[in-house]
Amino acid sequence: MTIQFNPADLLAILPELVLLGATCAILLIDLFLKPSQRDITHWLSIAAIAVTSFLVWRGAPEVAQGVSAFNGMFKHDGISVVLKQFVLLTTGLSLFYARNYMRERSLLFGEFYLLILFATIGMMLLVSAGSLVTAYLGLELLALSSYALVALNRQSAISAEAAIKYFVLGALASGLLLYGMSMIYGTTGTLDLAAISAQVNQVEHRGWLAIGLVFIVSGVAFKLGAAPFHMWLPDVYHGAPTAIAVFIGSAAKVAAFGLLYRLLEGGLGPMSEHWTPMLALLSVLSLAVGNLFAIAQSNLKRMLAYSTISHIGFMLLGFVGGSPAGYSAAMFYIISYTMTATVAFGIIALLARAGFECEEIDDFKGLNQRSPWYAAIMGISMFSLAGVPPLFGFFAKLLVLKSAIDAGFLWLAIVAIIFAIIGIYYYLRVVKVMYFDAAADDAAVPLPADLPLRWVISLNGLALVVLGLAWGPLFDWCNRAFGV
Amino acid sequence: MTFELLCFYFFGTVAVVAALSVISVKNSVVAALCLVLTFFSMACVWLLAQAEFLGVALALVYVGAVMVLFLFVVMMLDVDFAPLREGFVRFLPVGVLVAVVMLVEMLMMIGVRTLQTPPSEDPAMLAGMSNLEWLGYTLFRDFILPFEIAALILTVGLIAAVTLNERKRSHTKLQNPSRQVMVKREDRVRLVKMAAEKKGEAAP
Repeated sequence: MTIQFNPADLLAILPELVLLGATCAILLIDLFLKPSQRDITHWLSIAAIAVTSFLVWRGAPEVAQGVSAFNGMFKHDGISVVLKQFVLLTTGLSLFYARNYMRERSLLFGEFYLLILFATIGMMLLVSAGSLVTAYLGLELLALSSYALVALNRQSAISAEAAIKYFVLGALASGLLLYGMSMIYGTTGTLDLAAISAQVNQVEHRGWLAIGLVFIVSGVAFKLGAAPFHMWLPDVYHGAPTAIAVFIGSAAKVAAFGLLYRLLEGGLGPMSEHWTPMLALLSVLSLAVGNLFAIAQSNLKRMLAYSTISHIGFMLLGFVGGSPAGYSAAMFYIISYTMTATVAFGIIALLARAGFECEEIDDFKGLNQRSPWYAAIMGISMFSLAGVPPLFGFFAKLLVLKSAIDAGFLWLAIVAIIFAIIGIYYYLRVVKVMYFDAAADDAAVPLPADLPLRWVISLNGLALVVLGLAWGPLFDWCNRAFGV
Repeated sequence: MTFELLCFYFFGTVAVVAALSVISVKNSVVAALCLVLTFFSMACVWLLAQAEFLGVALALVYVGAVMVLFLFVVMMLDVDFAPLREGFVRFLPVGVLVAVVMLVEMLMMIGVRTLQTPPSEDPAMLAGMSNLEWLGYTLFRDFILPFEIAALILTVGLIAAVTLNERKRSHTKLQNPSRQVMVKREDRVRLVKMAAEKKGEAAP
């Protein structure tokens, strides 16, 4: 017996290989750079992400019908193309938003870029997982890098606390996920997601399969931050340096969507009548917990964390139908959420200075007098999160609600609308503070000298308006990926 | 009931009881010894299932290397050496018990191996390969991608550990003996020339 090797496999995984090669090169180059030359690492990382994104785009037409490599371990299809593009885009955005913030706190180590790039490779592998093993390993690659990123600020006790909580609860979630996977492997006898999907209905021990399913749903809900598995989220967002919260709150959520889709629809699709009620329950709880607790927060990062929980609840609305149209709406929703959340976190990172975190809602008082442009961008982001037409977030909410109603979950859609209206209160409070409250001091906001940061965040904010007015092409792209 | 089944129940019971005592005993040295016993019993169970390589790897790597290191760490945590030495006599019965159970398991294992007939549906047997060869081919042919991702995870672990530990902490006060020795009088003592003052002198 010889080890056969198919060169076409390497072509399927080319973007990941290029990113990995670039990461290793950056790892070596960074060793020879002085701290003052860290900009080289910064631009090299952004170039690596841009090249990878280009390769994913170049390979997209060939993989439209789906390519399977490495004995089905790696699956590259339209869905993974969309998810990878947005993982890369949001990672690139968070690198832009991070540089100034990290430098002012002397946290701009080369390892910051390396960990982010390794996490990105993990996310790309995760969204193309064709087997339980690749899904788990991709997730661990992402999670381990994220734990270290949260703990990057050694001087801060609150960061250390957040990192420990993230690590312990993340390990627990991985344990739940692995336990569920072992149950499914035990009953179906295969690790391949497509083979599991084909065999699920012939299995004799349905009970064990159901137990495995419950563990998998709980593990993924932990990673997504859906209530009642949301406890880590506010502490981690609050404790992590803002620049890292941008990354964890955006790109990682896109990857978690990929995990949910690959495991539940890809592997356990024929059991959808069992997991849709679980997701509906998670959705209702997330909507309630997220929106009600966000009202009480005075810290903007914590408020955004609870808002994330409620948005995850909204995203799950697309899953309850168990149909491709619903998944497409859910994917559109998670993309819209991450694009909007990067703006909100990016503005916090932009306004922060050495010794001033700008993370309390009161810190935004009178921002309009001091910096009208960034107040407007933050306002757009808040309105989009609240779902005010004609912004990006409104159409995302509309589409998932429509998919839930089409699937016969009218009660769920009504609950979601009620909580969305409750949610508008706390988003509008930020707008009110910015526009109608008097600032503590009238001095103009000292803006960072980092021009790319200011340009990119402005473009990101305007994109919310543009995509709100012309959301059709993006939604078509999502639909094509799911073959709707 | 065959001898093989009997062995399985024995190894299984020992593994479960030892695993329970790992988390229930108060003394950490006893807990570590029980963990050794758990690993060893599980290695025997794997040998029973004809997974020789996994069984041997578990015994060699975990029992032989990792757990011994672990025991050292647990013992080092208590820096007070007098109680540690008197502990030797106190832990001797536990150590002897663990050793005796492991010996019994080894002897039973040798007994089983002579009686056991290889299962017919074993894929390694069907391919005419040894267990180890089969495992190697599976790992590097079917599971090459996960294998490489695992390597990436180890790299990230290394980078993360270095990142989190290599920073200079601002509040640590380190001594540098060579600099202390090299110090000269001029670095520490400063002679200041001052005009002598006279008492009761009137200002001009």
